[in-house]
Amino acid sequence: MLIIRCPYCGERPELEFAYGGQAHIARPLQPSDQNDEDWNVYLNLRANPKGWHSERWRHIHGCARFFNAVRDTRTDHFLATYKMGEPAPEVPST
Amino acid sequence: MQRFSALALLRHGLGRHQGWKPQWRNAAPKPSYDAIIVGGGGHGLGAAYYLAKVYGIRNVAVVEKGWIGGGNTGRNTTIIRSNYLFEESAALYDHALKLWEGLSQELNYNVMFSQRGVMMLAHNIHDIQVFKRHVHANRINGVDNEWLTAEQAKDYCPPLNIDPNVRYPVLGAALQRRGGTARHDAVAWGYARAADALGVDIIENCEVAGIRRDMAGAVAGVETSRGFIASKRVGVSAAGHTSVVLDMAHVRLPLESFPLQALVSEPVKPVFPCVVMSNTIHAYLSQSDKGELVIGAGTDVYTSYTQRGGLHIATHTLEAICELFPRFRRMRMLRNWGGIVDVTPDRSPIIAKTPVTGLYVNCGWGTGGFKATPGAAHLFAHTIARDEPHPINAPFTIERFRDGYLIDEAAAAAVAH
Repeated sequence: MLIIRCPYCGERPELEFAYGGQAHIARPLQPSDQNDEDWNVYLNLRANPKGWHSERWRHIHGCARFFNAVRDTRTDHFLATYKMGEPAPEVPST
Repeated sequence: MQRFSALALLRHGLGRHQGWKPQWRNAAPKPSYDAIIVGGGGHGLGAAYYLAKVYGIRNVAVVEKGWIGGGNTGRNTTIIRSNYLFEESAALYDHALKLWEGLSQELNYNVMFSQRGVMMLAHNIHDIQVFKRHVHANRINGVDNEWLTAEQAKDYCPPLNIDPNVRYPVLGAALQRRGGTARHDAVAWGYARAADALGVDIIENCEVAGIRRDMAGAVAGVETSRGFIASKRVGVSAAGHTSVVLDMAHVRLPLESFPLQALVSEPVKPVFPCVVMSNTIHAYLSQSDKGELVIGAGTDVYTSYTQRGGLHIATHTLEAICELFPRFRRMRMLRNWGGIVDVTPDRSPIIAKTPVTGLYVNCGWGTGGFKATPGAAHLFAHTIARDEPHPINAPFTIERFRDGYLIDEAAAAAVAH
């Protein structure tokens, strides 16, 4: 089980959290301007890297707030967790 | 190829079994091939076999970064069934099931295919409605599936606890009698041996590091840890690492990779006659011919390439099994492992051409690829050989996600993703 640092509550066990998938995906401002391929990218295509991954988590059984994290999918090691709206931290180049 | 038979066993027995030869050659890569399959699991080895056997393309290499069958082929819980809801899926999975039924004879290799029946338990009204819908849909599509009451389920699987006074009582079950299990290692070995006999090179410890393309953008070959290998046709069958491989050709697929766990108990005498699955409380198990209970747990909630998973995921499954089968409460678990499964948004696979000429992909099987091994392998071989899909896999394109022709089998995929 992962130990995840909620930016509001501190370190808590993974069971208190819900996973929210890839972070920093913005809903199109003008949905009517989007074609099928744009919607496919927005709805279906996700980064699936073997390495550093920016993702959303929600401390559902705690403060219930969303936040972002950068995690290495090879080791499940967290580089950082940060509040919504804050920029993603620099990730190591590996 | 040394054929296996009772007579061969007797003959080699007289020679103290010293005369058996390796089942496939330890091939080194040639400079070029007519087709290369990336990934030496059951799907990839099977595709190479059918390319050689059915489509006459024998100058084929299978490149595998580790050893044959060391990925998800050797990590799954060996369950085989075809009771999927939609007609596209029913056709796909039942094509595989029909090939399973003759596979040991076809390969001259005992894959220990056992049609002991797959029973899926209903624990609430919603389950009953969904499973009955599946039963009817399956029967319309010519796939066997039947509804059992709780008492009939207990008759079919005596260890089952049908006490109504538990948290999730068994209210009934859907039973596919043609479903069952097979020995997953034997499937990989059988295909490897049969493909090798037809001239296919099986190249282990050979990791793909890049996909080379010509001036027109078509595939020219693969860069590997053992050098460049040229081929105008490359089929990727890399399961959880498909995104990583296709990223080398700048092809993005709607896939996310998750760890999925399984575990086995200490071996005991035969006590468990069939396969039982419970989607709702998340347990599924069968007993191997060696006597171990083979137990499938769920995926972790987050994407990852670590071939393990959270202990709480396995614990959750064991709690469910202890309630459904109280006699197993004192069983000890021997081993626990994970595999990486590639999941699509609609939980149906992709067996298709990619936007890159000469590059084909068989992926997105999520938590249920083993059952489809012969069918997927055959259809993938067809797609590579003819440069167009077989009618059965024609709906399983990459473009269906853009065009809205999803084949939504989230309810049939036994594991809640």
